[in-house]
Amino acid sequence: MDLASAKMIGAGLACIALVGAGVGIGNVFSSLISAVARNPAAQAQVQPFAFLGFALAEATGLFGLAIAFLILFVF
Amino acid sequence: MALELHPLEQFKVEPLIPIHIGGLDVSYTNAALFMTIAVVLITALLVLGTKRGALVPGRWQSVAEMSYEFVTDMVDTNAGHGAEPYFPFVFTLFMFVLFANFLGLIPYSFTVTSQIIVTFALAAVVFIGVTIIGFIKHGAHFLRLFVPEGVPWVLLLLLVPIEILSYFIRPFTLAIRLFANMLAGHTMLAIFGGFAASVGLLAILPVGLDVAILALEVLVAALQAYVFAILTCLYLHDALHLH
Repeated sequence: MDLASAKMIGAGLACIALVGAGVGIGNVFSSLISAVARNPAAQAQVQPFAFLGFALAEATGLFGLAIAFLILFVF
Repeated sequence: MALELHPLEQFKVEPLIPIHIGGLDVSYTNAALFMTIAVVLITALLVLGTKRGALVPGRWQSVAEMSYEFVTDMVDTNAGHGAEPYFPFVFTLFMFVLFANFLGLIPYSFTVTSQIIVTFALAAVVFIGVTIIGFIKHGAHFLRLFVPEGVPWVLLLLLVPIEILSYFIRPFTLAIRLFANMLAGHTMLAIFGGFAASVGLLAILPVGLDVAILALEVLVAALQAYVFAILTCLYLHDALHLH
């Protein structure tokens, strides 16, 4: 298998990491909705954590995407 | 039909004013230009916005005051007491990343924070600065940061290397988080834009998607600046108060 094809396959496989990002973000906002539904008065307190959690969960998925770009364009 | 997509060309750093000093390339690049624009805009907002100094603030003064309050609130809540001297640093970091991210959303501009070297420079400053602050404040006792309390020594053999590793990975995750978010967002915009150029009337679909992604990118731009700043505050808290 030549390097170019291996790179394509490698990049595609690295993108599977984004599944984790999707599940994580869904979890975070599902918890936010449940929390606000149980106690609407707490929304202002809980929301910053929800956004922080979203950003960190997304970041982990994007680490995988960064590896995919690294494979495609650097090696 | 060959799709001539070059989504990564937008990240190319081009020298605008070539300057070579003794073998070193210190040209004024498009990256430097947009960093300058960000700094000028931030300074203009803060200096000109608060020039009138009215007790009941007008629009620009409100924005300047709100940004100040937002960051000072964040530093107080997350970095604890004793972190007040570091507020200007966190404020500068937050505003610079925010403005750099937003400037990148303008079509045909250059996103400074999509360059790994820029985000790594910022993250390295945060990491080295916070470590030095920790050592100055606690001396050698700072290494207690890696040894959680009340843990049996058998577990410590495993836990301390993991803690040390997760400490040293901080500048990298900080840098790559911001870089990957900006890179992924702008690459997606460019790829869908490229599709729109080649499908004729169906172009409404990729363009519509681009509009939605642009809205998401505005959110991500603000959010990543906030995350960068709040993680800086949390690392500062760790260094100042050792958990």
